[in-house]
Amino acid sequence: MTARIGVVTFPGSLDDRDTQRAIRVAGAEPVALWHKDKDLKQVDAVVLCGGFSYGDYLRAGAIARFSPVMEPLLEQAKAGLPVLGICNGFQILTEAHLLPGTMLRNDHLHFICRDQKLRVENAGTAWTTDYSAGQEIHIPLKNNDGQYVADAYTLDKLEAEGRVAFRYLDFNPNGSQRDIAGVSNEAGNVVGLMPHPEHAVEPLIGTGRTDGLPFFTSILKKLVNA
Amino acid sequence: MSRTPLDTVEHAAATPDVELPWAELGLKKDEYERVVEILGRRPTGAELAMYSVMWSEHCSYKSSKVHLRQFGEKAPESDAMLVGIGENAGVVDVGQGYAVTFKVESHNHPSYVEPYQGAATGVGGIVRDIIAMGARPVAVVDPLRFGAADHPDTKRVLPGVVAGIGGYGNCLGLPNIGGEVVFDACYQGNPLVNAGAIGVMRHEDIHLAKASGAGNKVILYGARTGGDGIGGASILASETFDDAKPSKRPAVQVGDPFQEKLLIECTLEAFQEKLVVGIQDLGAAGLSCATSELASNGSGGMRVTLDDVPLRDSTLSPEEILMSESQERMCAVVEPEKVDRFLEICEKWDVIATVIGEVTDGDRLEIYWHGGKIVDVDPRTVAHEGPVYERPYARPSWQDELQADDANKLPRPATSEELKDQVLKLVGSPNQASKSWITSQYDHFVQGNTVLAQPEDSGMIRIDEETGLGVAIATDGNGRYAKLDPYHGAQLALAEAYRNVATTGAKPLAVSDCLNFGSPEDPAVMWQFAEAVRGLADACQQLGTPVTGGNVSLYNQTGEAAIHPTPVVAVLGVIDDVARRTPVAFQEEGQLLYLLGDTREEFGGSAWSQVVHDHLGGLPPKVDLERERLLAEILISASRDGMIDSAHDLSDGGLIQAVVESALLGQKGARLIVPDGLDAFTFLFSESAGRAVVAVPRSEEVRFNDMCGARGLPVTRIGVVDGDVVDVQGEFALTLSELRETHESTIPALLK
Repeated sequence: MTARIGVVTFPGSLDDRDTQRAIRVAGAEPVALWHKDKDLKQVDAVVLCGGFSYGDYLRAGAIARFSPVMEPLLEQAKAGLPVLGICNGFQILTEAHLLPGTMLRNDHLHFICRDQKLRVENAGTAWTTDYSAGQEIHIPLKNNDGQYVADAYTLDKLEAEGRVAFRYLDFNPNGSQRDIAGVSNEAGNVVGLMPHPEHAVEPLIGTGRTDGLPFFTSILKKLVNA
Repeated sequence: MSRTPLDTVEHAAATPDVELPWAELGLKKDEYERVVEILGRRPTGAELAMYSVMWSEHCSYKSSKVHLRQFGEKAPESDAMLVGIGENAGVVDVGQGYAVTFKVESHNHPSYVEPYQGAATGVGGIVRDIIAMGARPVAVVDPLRFGAADHPDTKRVLPGVVAGIGGYGNCLGLPNIGGEVVFDACYQGNPLVNAGAIGVMRHEDIHLAKASGAGNKVILYGARTGGDGIGGASILASETFDDAKPSKRPAVQVGDPFQEKLLIECTLEAFQEKLVVGIQDLGAAGLSCATSELASNGSGGMRVTLDDVPLRDSTLSPEEILMSESQERMCAVVEPEKVDRFLEICEKWDVIATVIGEVTDGDRLEIYWHGGKIVDVDPRTVAHEGPVYERPYARPSWQDELQADDANKLPRPATSEELKDQVLKLVGSPNQASKSWITSQYDHFVQGNTVLAQPEDSGMIRIDEETGLGVAIATDGNGRYAKLDPYHGAQLALAEAYRNVATTGAKPLAVSDCLNFGSPEDPAVMWQFAEAVRGLADACQQLGTPVTGGNVSLYNQTGEAAIHPTPVVAVLGVIDDVARRTPVAFQEEGQLLYLLGDTREEFGGSAWSQVVHDHLGGLPPKVDLERERLLAEILISASRDGMIDSAHDLSDGGLIQAVVESALLGQKGARLIVPDGLDAFTFLFSESAGRAVVAVPRSEEVRFNDMCGARGLPVTRIGVVDGDVVDVQGEFALTLSELRETHESTIPALLK
């Protein structure tokens, strides 16, 4: 048996098919979820993918956060369901208060697309066990509103609890505080990051690296072994 | 609010002497008289609106048509062509049951007026052309031309255009994989913002713009219709209404990429369920164009009730509704029993959809407003039988003088030091410098199929995950070459795009073009246009790559000063397995560098002559299409058989520019030896066409040389991939870090 991982499509989601492919490449079964779904079709984990939900004309993720599918998702995430938010998905998770902090417009005021170097700071979350702590990886980054901010108390708390999951290395592409690229919740089942691991799962495509694949193999192992 | 009587067909017939503002709407007197002759009476205001906009240069190609015919007449035999010129976009067979549609269009004038929205809606328009063919859009490319890099207005136009392309394309989820950025003072008041898109479908899913089957419903779906982009229609409006309404509206349309994303998904879902008989996007000329084209391409007529069009502004007059260029709208023809399901899908995607009419068994396009018939025309006379001009053209008097001003006679560097300085000046010049400040604002990765993106020679997209089948696209155009010789300049544009596709390992299949010129009313410009079209058609015939469609943009001129004639050519290619693609970057130290092709003293129109001497004169490089074809075959074979690990086409900037780019991208230097029979300057800066530099693993050296020898392609060993220096032996050496600093700092410094 394999794990069934849901991928939610909101109006304006862009990387839903890519994320489904990444899940397939890792050996799990992707399940398409629609933003109006009132249940999660008994999936074992959920990915909120990148894009511009509702055009992001309001704050990024602010409208998607109120979609029907978010109700069961909130409830089950709090009960331990693994959830990964990538880019717009990360923004939605912060808007839904499953993760702390928020994202502002990039400090240089331009969209940025690049092959980004990261350090995996926490290899203990549900989505990072196939990395080793301190491992340096390259995965694509592409965003307009990726500047992670939170108050000093929250940032200190995140650092102290090991919940800064990823940090930008060599170059901070958007002005994020303390070079934070991704964070997790206290239990480690909910993780959000701005870069796109789903675009780095096949050697020929994108930047030519597969550094993003362990996100999906980590969760698969966890679910299958559970 | 008081109203004059509705200008119905009856009213028009009864009031033959009413003066209409045909001149203000851009019609010539004889054109207006022709409308009256066609109808047998004066047109109604609504009819006049339709004819004036559909007979405009932009929609009717009235000045260019007589020349564009050559693309059909000279079209080479090609098994690949599934749908040709005249549809929303051409369709090409790429094998394994897949068809690819692609097209390039211009959005030049709006992008000068309002850079962000002009460029954004340019992307939106070309993408709707692709979905109207039944295809899922998979990539976009953007060939751009701006005024002088250091001109203050370039700082206004360029960042807006780039942000608009990014803002729209990124939000649609389309990877931006190619294009160009060129600076030249000739584009100062007339930047060229061309936008290209590629879409993929299965053969059986091709859809055409036609309305057939009496009783079938006409559904308008997407955004509501507003007053944006209505241009001249407001003149008519002021005739029929008093002035109690917003009078000044933006001439440039405003884009909503989120709405377009929904439109893409909703349209593709409707296609998938086979709900659509015919489809047309609403672009230039809005509903006037969509209704008249759908009706004239189908077997019957069409009846439309304009009152049913959902509006953003309830004060719009019927003429304005017909002319509105509000974005993100499409028109579909659907069988009555499938209408409910079609509307359901639209509702799922929160897309507004409304039945506005139906196909009739007559041959008239009839449009009603408040119960009165305001349009009753033969749709073919609107859409296809517009005026055709044989504009006078003549070789300009200055052409001989320009060609006599030979760039080969310009002073050349006298010392190695001077040569080195000119290399640095070249690789740091705005046209040759890295464009990553621009391209990093575009998403290259979305959809997860991008194999190659700029600054590679062509963009490449995987279209089948199982087999690895992929397509490549390159766009090129050198206005400087075309100014010196429009016939050969157009051929060089094709040759370069063709070569760029082959350099990455893909087989060139078909062509789309965007022909950017000055005013057709100037015989000199018209001569440039005629020559460029003739050159391109001849070259396409010889290379076996048919033109599948394209776009003409005229009147790119300020006062008497026209832009350089700028035919931008897009070549689409196919590759059986993207795993075999060849990148630009040097891959491994120790690999041998070979120069393919012949290097001559050719500096006319070159980057060197521009950067070092600010000079434009002489003749462009010689065109040899048979050589281009042979070079392409060698590059494709070498890629397929694993004989080369990197390749880069040689074009503007010559060999040194290509080697520097490959070195910087691969983070590996090169030692170069000036071959016998060439001087260092010609070796480094010549822009002779039909050339490429390849890196060959030592294990493949014999096999590669044998292949080139057997096929008769000149091949010269020029060095080796090595170290962190670009070293031209006996002349100079430049470190990669120095080259990188020079190459990468120019554009950010100009635009910050």
